[in-house]
Amino acid sequence: MGRRRLKLIFGPAMVKEPVIYQLGKQFEIVTNIRRADVTRDQGWVLLEITGEPEELDRGVEYLESRGVKVEPAEGDLVE
Amino acid sequence: MAKLLGLRCRECEAEYELQATHVCEMCFGPLDVVFDYAALKKKVTRDRIAQGPASMWRYRDLLPIEDATPVVTLGEGFTPLVKADRLGAELGLRNLYLKNDSMNPTNSFKDRVVSVAISWARANGFETIACASTGNLANAVAAYAARAGLECFVFIPVDLEPAKIVSISVFDPNVVAVRGNYDEVNRLCSQLVESTPWAFCNINIRPFYAEGSKTLTFETVEQLGWKLPDEIIIPIASGCQFVRHRQAVRELMELGLVREDRVPAFTGAQALGCAPVYNAFNSDTPERVLPVRPDTIARSIAIGNPSDGMYVNRIALETGGVVEAVSEEEIVAAMRLLARTEGIFTETAGGVTIGVLAKLARAGRWKGDEVVVAYVTGHGLKTADVLAKVDGHARRVEIEPTLKSFREKVNI
Repeated sequence: MGRRRLKLIFGPAMVKEPVIYQLGKQFEIVTNIRRADVTRDQGWVLLEITGEPEELDRGVEYLESRGVKVEPAEGDLVE
Repeated sequence: MAKLLGLRCRECEAEYELQATHVCEMCFGPLDVVFDYAALKKKVTRDRIAQGPASMWRYRDLLPIEDATPVVTLGEGFTPLVKADRLGAELGLRNLYLKNDSMNPTNSFKDRVVSVAISWARANGFETIACASTGNLANAVAAYAARAGLECFVFIPVDLEPAKIVSISVFDPNVVAVRGNYDEVNRLCSQLVESTPWAFCNINIRPFYAEGSKTLTFETVEQLGWKLPDEIIIPIASGCQFVRHRQAVRELMELGLVREDRVPAFTGAQALGCAPVYNAFNSDTPERVLPVRPDTIARSIAIGNPSDGMYVNRIALETGGVVEAVSEEEIVAAMRLLARTEGIFTETAGGVTIGVLAKLARAGRWKGDEVVVAYVTGHGLKTADVLAKVDGHARRVEIEPTLKSFREKVNI
C-alpha cells in the first residue's frame, strides 16, 4: 500500500464538481481530507490518498484529466 | 542541557519529537523547530557571539545543532555587509546596505542552510544526502556532502544548463537527470522521501535546513552594530528564507540582543515571469497563493507553487513591507546597475532583488535616510550566459596595436 499527500487546486469550472467522491468511487483509493479553503469560484484541498501505488497514479491522472491541478501537499520545494 | 524542544506545526500547533519529517500528520501544515528560549536567554549574549568563529556558526546557540555535535563547515557565512554609497546615490538612499552572500564557499546563500542540514543529518545517522534542485542548492549539497564524506544524490531536470552540471559534478555526487520538468522532479522526490532512508535537504529535513537562513539576518544586525534596519529586501522562491528572517528578528528581540521594539519592514522580490506571491499580495486574498508556470531568466527563484507563499504575504503585511516584481529587462538592468555602481556581480536572482529595490526607490517609497538592506544571494558567474546574450561587450572597441589606432578609436 502507498500513501500520498496532495494539494488539489480547483478553478471556477471545477469548484462545484464532486471529484473527491468520484476518486474514491472509481478507484481503489481511500481519501482523507485534512484541510481545505474553498470559496465560490476557487479553492484548495489538502488530501491524503491511500492505495496501491499504480492505483494512486491512475487516480492522480484522473484528477488532472478532470482539470484539477495536483501538487504535493507541501508545495514546490525544488530550489 | 538540550536547547531543542521538538518540532511544532505552524498551523495546528501539534508537537512532534525531533526527527526527519517536515509535514504535520494531522493537518499537513509545515513543521518548525522549537527552541528553549528561556534557557537560551540566560546563555546567549553579544559578547558570547563575538567570541565565536568568523562564520555563521558564531550563532550556533540559535541553530538546531546541539553543542556536542561536530558541524560540517566550509567557513560559510559572515559575508560582507557593504554600504552601497554609489548605488544609494542613484536611488536617493543615504543608508543603503548590501549583504553580499555571493561570497559564500559555493557562491550562494544555500551554503548556510546546507551546512546546517548536513550537520544535522550526519549527527542523526544518515549516510546519504539528497536534494532536488535547479542549481544553487545542488551545488552546495554536493560540496558539503563531499566535505562530510557522505553519499550524495542530486536530482535535476535533464535539460539543466551544462555549466551548472559541471559545477555540481566536480564534487562527484550521483547526478540523477530526470526526463521531466521541475514539477516532475519535485513530485518524484516527494515520493522518494517515503521509500528511501535518505535525508533530502529541502524535503524531509527541511525544518532543520531552513533554520540556517536566520544567520543572514543575525549577521546583518550584528554588522549594523546590533541595530535593526528599517527595511529588508529579500528574493522570494519558496518563501522559506523570508519566513526565517522574520523569525530571526523575533529571536533577537526575545533574547534581548537588540534594544529596539520596532520590527523592520520585510519586503519580497519576485520576477514577473514567476510571481505567484506578488500576484496574491496584490489581490483581495493575499493569503491565497495560486500556482503559476514559471517563465523567467531568474531560474534559481522560479518556484511556481511556493510552499511558504501565504506566510510571506502575512509577514509583509504585518511589518509594513510589500511584495514587488520586475520584468526580465529590469532584472538584467539591475544586474548591470549593481555591477557598475558597486563592483558586485550578482546572478539573476540578485537582479530581481536589486530591480525591486530600484523600482521601489524610484517610486518614492523612502525619504532617503532610512536604513535599507538588500540581500544579494548568489554570484553572477552562475548565470553569466544571460548577460552574454544581451550585451556582454557593449563598450568594447577593437584596435590595431598602434598608438595611432588607439587615438582614433578610443575617445579619451
